[in-house]
Amino acid sequence: MKFTLSWLKDHLDTEATTAQVVEAMTMAGLEVEHVTDPAEKLAAFTVAKIVSAERHPNADRLQVCQVDTVDGRKEIVCGAPNARAGLTTIYAPIGSYVPGLGVTLVEKPVRGVVSNGMLCSAAEMETAEESDGILDLSADFPVGLPAAQALGLESVIDFEVTPNRPDWLGVAGIARDLSAAGVGTLRAQTVTPVPGTFPCPIALKVDGEACRTFSGRLIRGVKNGPSPAWLQARLKAIGLRPINTLVDITNLITYDRARPLHVYDAAKLSGTTIEARLGRHGEHGDEHLIALDGKTYALTPEMSVIADADGERPVGLGGVMGGESTGCSETTTEVFLESAWFDPIRTAQTGRTAGITSDAQYRFARGVDTGFMVDGLELATGLILKLCGGEASDVVVAGEALPAPGPITFDPAYVEQLAGLSIAPETSADILGKLGFAVETTGRTWTVTPPTWRRDVEGKADLVEEVARIAGYDALPATPLPEVARSAAGVLTVRQGRARTARRALAAAGYAEAITWSFTHNATAKLFGGGDDALVLANPMSADIDTMRPSILPGLIGAAGRNARRGFPDAALFEVGPVFAGDRPQDQKLAIAAVLAPHLPTGWDKRPQDDLFTVKADLLALLEELGAPVASLQTAQGAASSWWHPGRSARLQLGPKAILAEFGELHPAVLKALDVEGPVYGFEIWIEAIPEPKKKGKTRSALDLSPLMPLTRDFAFLVDAAKPAGDLVKAVVGADKALIAGARVFDVYQGAGVPEGQKSLAVEVTVQPREKTLAEAEIEALSAAIVAAAEKAGGRLRG
Amino acid sequence: MTDLNTLEADLSAAIAAAPDVAALEALRVAALGKSGSVSGLLKTLGSMSPDERREAGPAINGLRDRVAAALAARKVALEAAELDARLARETLDLTLPAPARRKGSVHPTLQVMDEMTAIFAEMGFAVAEGPDIETDFNNFTALNFPEKHPAREMHDTFFFKPGPDGERKLLRTHTSPVQVRAMQRTNEKPAAPWIATTIEPPIRIVVPGRTYRCDSDATHTPMFHQMEGLVIDKGIHMGHLKWTLETFIARFFEVAGVVSRFRPHHFPFTEPSAEMDIGCDRSGGEIKIGTGSDWLEILGCGMVHPNVLRSCGIDPDIYQGFAFGLGIDRLAMLKYGMPDARDAFENDTRWLSHYGFSAFAAPNPATGLS
Repeated sequence: MKFTLSWLKDHLDTEATTAQVVEAMTMAGLEVEHVTDPAEKLAAFTVAKIVSAERHPNADRLQVCQVDTVDGRKEIVCGAPNARAGLTTIYAPIGSYVPGLGVTLVEKPVRGVVSNGMLCSAAEMETAEESDGILDLSADFPVGLPAAQALGLESVIDFEVTPNRPDWLGVAGIARDLSAAGVGTLRAQTVTPVPGTFPCPIALKVDGEACRTFSGRLIRGVKNGPSPAWLQARLKAIGLRPINTLVDITNLITYDRARPLHVYDAAKLSGTTIEARLGRHGEHGDEHLIALDGKTYALTPEMSVIADADGERPVGLGGVMGGESTGCSETTTEVFLESAWFDPIRTAQTGRTAGITSDAQYRFARGVDTGFMVDGLELATGLILKLCGGEASDVVVAGEALPAPGPITFDPAYVEQLAGLSIAPETSADILGKLGFAVETTGRTWTVTPPTWRRDVEGKADLVEEVARIAGYDALPATPLPEVARSAAGVLTVRQGRARTARRALAAAGYAEAITWSFTHNATAKLFGGGDDALVLANPMSADIDTMRPSILPGLIGAAGRNARRGFPDAALFEVGPVFAGDRPQDQKLAIAAVLAPHLPTGWDKRPQDDLFTVKADLLALLEELGAPVASLQTAQGAASSWWHPGRSARLQLGPKAILAEFGELHPAVLKALDVEGPVYGFEIWIEAIPEPKKKGKTRSALDLSPLMPLTRDFAFLVDAAKPAGDLVKAVVGADKALIAGARVFDVYQGAGVPEGQKSLAVEVTVQPREKTLAEAEIEALSAAIVAAAEKAGGRLRG
Repeated sequence: MTDLNTLEADLSAAIAAAPDVAALEALRVAALGKSGSVSGLLKTLGSMSPDERREAGPAINGLRDRVAAALAARKVALEAAELDARLARETLDLTLPAPARRKGSVHPTLQVMDEMTAIFAEMGFAVAEGPDIETDFNNFTALNFPEKHPAREMHDTFFFKPGPDGERKLLRTHTSPVQVRAMQRTNEKPAAPWIATTIEPPIRIVVPGRTYRCDSDATHTPMFHQMEGLVIDKGIHMGHLKWTLETFIARFFEVAGVVSRFRPHHFPFTEPSAEMDIGCDRSGGEIKIGTGSDWLEILGCGMVHPNVLRSCGIDPDIYQGFAFGLGIDRLAMLKYGMPDARDAFENDTRWLSHYGFSAFAAPNPATGLS
């Protein structure tokens, strides 16, 4: 919403400057977005007087003028026919930028005569769209007066109107709040009715659905044409284009009182009844209207339509835009003036469906004062009669306005209770009174009735806000929160703590934390086991991100690919965030994913690249850090999901239904679909699948340190080449759970000496004696048990 | 005796000439070993007469001691020379680069989320969570957004297609629906254990999380992060809100002299409502906090609307409280000087490395927030 200080002063008696008004507005909740000062753009332009004007020696159409300017007397060449001695006009010095021409003035000869500046037209300063000749100003203006001042150009204040305050969409409403805030005194806003001199020949009809209430009157004998300069200046100052007096008056009242109106050329109306009704499905589809913007709109049964010819011909979209066929032009002599009240929701929907946002639509959608419909009509009538002449009929009204807001019981002590603000009850009553509320202060609790333009105020908390914002939030105390009982340990849940630990641990392990979108391409989601219809957005930003992700991996792989295309192919990225298996709350899981693109250049030392086992080590270290029972985890080779390389991936699980993580090399076909060069390694952990720690206390179990030296024995087993080594190791460790502390694979060999289709696994078994040093015979027995266990698992001791 | 002198001279010369420890050891064996030359002489002492022995004994023993000493001295010298030679051999060119180690980092937006959580945890706030896919009821209706009201449109909501029951789910446009989940009086268990459910007042929670709006420019991204705060108890008023947020801002920016102000605003779910501005300086093209005469809006807040309390089953005549919503991405940009919100989601490794934080920069009361 835009307005100027002079317009505000129509309603507010104040000496405040623009800056003071802006500050007061901001602190009362009218958030000023910017103040445009036209003087800034026109700073170089000043008033000058032509002393003499002679014909240019070399050009018939040019004159050489001697001009008194702010810079002294200057010789200036001018092509304007109205340049003449004695003219008061505007001067632009050499070096200034002329916005209308888009040039910066330089000193150069014009047909052989040097021009020391320029005399300007309104168009050249962009204060008018077109002009013939240079400005012809009042001789009273002194030389050197800034152009903006001479032209009466003012700063324009633009502010955000919150949806609860449609009354701020009129300057009078702004003035009311400012008067309450102490910026000035509100001028009387009473409207004098204009008595009709003849009965209105047009009858009105409303159905309650399409329009609650509708008023109007005929004014005949008007003379339409361009509106007076003051009216045009007022509209132009806030960026509105003057059209003709009748239309300009409705626009003025729209912005002055937040009261949209419409004028019909009565000569173009048919029949004697205007009806507000819903749009109709005809035999040949919906009705249509060519609106004032020249576009054709389909009228649906959800829209409010104004129709003449006994309701048969649409002539307007109620509260949104009038029809072209009945619009007012310069030749209009009879006008039908409309002031109606349209439902906010219906008007908002109509605007959305038709794609129209007009000043009227914007106001009706937010709620127009239900108590000012006929007043608005009277106000406009008065202005029309004053500016266009003519005589007005009686007012006709159809339907009934919404009932006025009811009273609210209000204990003034509630201001302090809710806002913490200590304010005298009289001050609260005074503030509410100035804002237009009727306050009855008899008794301890008051009765406060909001005005018809404040339907946002529904209860006592709203009244506290009114008092507090006008008293000023600066006065609020800063009161420390009372102490509350809090958990003796930290505030984070196990799940929240694990997410945080994972992020710090992975960062320490060399992965950079990424944040990728929670949504992805539908085809990508399908590649990763998702893409269900229930997870597809109806209105995505773009098709690339239209489906909630089933996994973090594609986002990270895509990011690694983008980094590679920038010349950084060795990304190691991770993310902790939500993944979605469905649209129910329980379908959202918290995942940890990491990817590693092992494309570092080889160093001078020929050290091997990071490989899949780097990722496995990082994954296991992380799971350990998160408190997962790593020792009990099964590594299910080849059991991971389809987006992994089938031979180079595995699942980590506690059982078939307790899957903690998957890791491996990403499937080459998946990488190709994502346009990323492989190999890419990665893992994904589902935090909720990690069992919660059983132990509640902080103390550790007693430390059991054996005084006996552990000993090691090496074995080599032949197994099928396809046999996972992990199975054999598990069998070996299980041979004697009490004595065997661990087993380490130290060689995997296939080739000469090993039968075709088999491999040799060399395992070092660590034995930890518990009570006494083992005798040779006991060690022999243990070795036999190990060999037997290995045999059960398909391993044969290599001779 | 001449024999002894000759032997000693020979041995001395050989010891002095021994090229390495192995040759010296051979010499030791040849002289002092079981069948060594000096050992052989010592053995002859046994067959000598006492007189002969009295004369030859000291001479031979003296020879043995001198040879042993010479051997030991030569060994020390040889070992020192060998160590010098080995050290010379083992020289490494340490100007060669060490193997590249991947340098990890914590994302600045989430570092800031951790920082904020730490400050509020200190003030007694717990951390609550809710799902990203929400119902229209939790995101709007229960928060006092009237049906079809312009305030709903201003949220640029992402919707899902209507389900079989006609219900249209959405991506939460703010973290405020978790307010509803935390306040609602229900006996139903939450759909998952991590989802907030009924907390009996006093309620004091923050809700960090992902939020979504259909918007993209230098300061908006379709996904962003918010932290909601909610305090409900008897007697909580706007003064508590002001103290809480002023305290937060002073701690968060970690610079002296951060000033702030509260301005009235409108949100459907709070009454009275406010926005908080902090003092800043924009004159240098970038925003500086803690100096200057400009204002920058950083959050919206207010007293929880009685309609919201009522719709959750809390009596607004007994309990009242406040809520606030902080834009985490924006606070991160302000505190750490990142110019474009979209960059935070591009995941350019150079950006992550430049603006990211060490794993060890976890907020800590002793060392500060980062």
